[in-house]
Amino acid sequence: MTDKRKLHLSLFLVFLKMSPFTFGGGYALIPAIEREVVEKKQWLREEEIADLFAVSGTVPGAVAANSAAFIGYRIGGVSGAIAALLGICLPTFLLMIVLSIFYVQFKDNPKIEAAFTAIRATVAALIAFAAIKVARSSIVDFASGALAAAAALLLFTGIHPLWVVALGATAGILWVQFRGMKGKSPKIKEKEPVFDYMI
Amino acid sequence: MLIHLFAMFLLVGLVSFGGGYAMIPLIQEEILKRYHWMEAGQLADIVAVAGMSPGPIATNIAVAVGYQQAGWLGAALAALAVVLPSFALILAAGKLFFRYRDHPRVAAAFYGLRAVVVGLIVYAAVSFARHAGLWTGTPDWRTWCQIAIFAGSLFSLIYLHKHPFVVILLSGLVGIALYG
Repeated sequence: MTDKRKLHLSLFLVFLKMSPFTFGGGYALIPAIEREVVEKKQWLREEEIADLFAVSGTVPGAVAANSAAFIGYRIGGVSGAIAALLGICLPTFLLMIVLSIFYVQFKDNPKIEAAFTAIRATVAALIAFAAIKVARSSIVDFASGALAAAAALLLFTGIHPLWVVALGATAGILWVQFRGMKGKSPKIKEKEPVFDYMI
Repeated sequence: MLIHLFAMFLLVGLVSFGGGYAMIPLIQEEILKRYHWMEAGQLADIVAVAGMSPGPIATNIAVAVGYQQAGWLGAALAALAVVLPSFALILAAGKLFFRYRDHPRVAAAFYGLRAVVVGLIVYAAVSFARHAGLWTGTPDWRTWCQIAIFAGSLFSLIYLHKHPFVVILLSGLVGIALYG
């Protein structure tokens, strides 16, 4: 096996190992990636990886998959990125298929149906919890709160969600410019980076 | 069909700022209103299973929807479609992102994006609760129990800092005891 192959294999295995822990929100994942990539394998330095996480949170998509791809790319180029991404996605992909098959087989079983009646309520709570967590870091002033409320109201009128995303970016730029003309600068920085909801 | 599946999740992957939960309204809109692939209740169950499983919720939903529509190939295509946009963006624009992340206009756009993401997730929570039967005109004892389970779950997540998996597991057991 060539050195390059070995590197790709070990990238794949590192992220394969972490994948099953990206549960419901990847609290555990960021320190785990740091431990593996910085301390154990010494592929990257501490500051490098902090920047990587910040950018992974900015690009659309799940932060776990993004950071895996980014780290793989930094270390092993495009094929390294593919190896790392496959590693992080494969276990959860297979598990999700197994769960889908299980669900289709047993959804008419009265016990499973009963469990799901309750689990649906809990999943609604999980989504509400995600909203609260994101709000804590994203609603930094009155304007962002009003924008969030306007977005929710617009969605209830049946507008397509894509328009809401476009509206958000446009409104952000316009509002900051408007404030700039009046000589004030709003706090546009996040209070603290929230990674777990992006998973 | 496969093309629609791929195109739809490619779109989801492209705009999933703020991650999976904010994408639920878009997925609902496309699957229920545009393609009519399944009923609202069935999609709600897929979201529930996706929330139970490790991994990004948007990718999990893609895998389950793809699998139900077109088997293994559908699942693989849908998963590929979700991760492709951000993957391409990272490869193509990784360096640019480092440079422009702190550009005032980019920062301003993200200020607005982050705010609407909150609105999207709030809407996702309400519409999911509606599909799950928590929001009916004629609540019976089942509905009241669901509302109590919702409140209890939210409480354990926020104040008791319980792991989502533990909460889902307990909730399932409570469900079997109550409705079984």
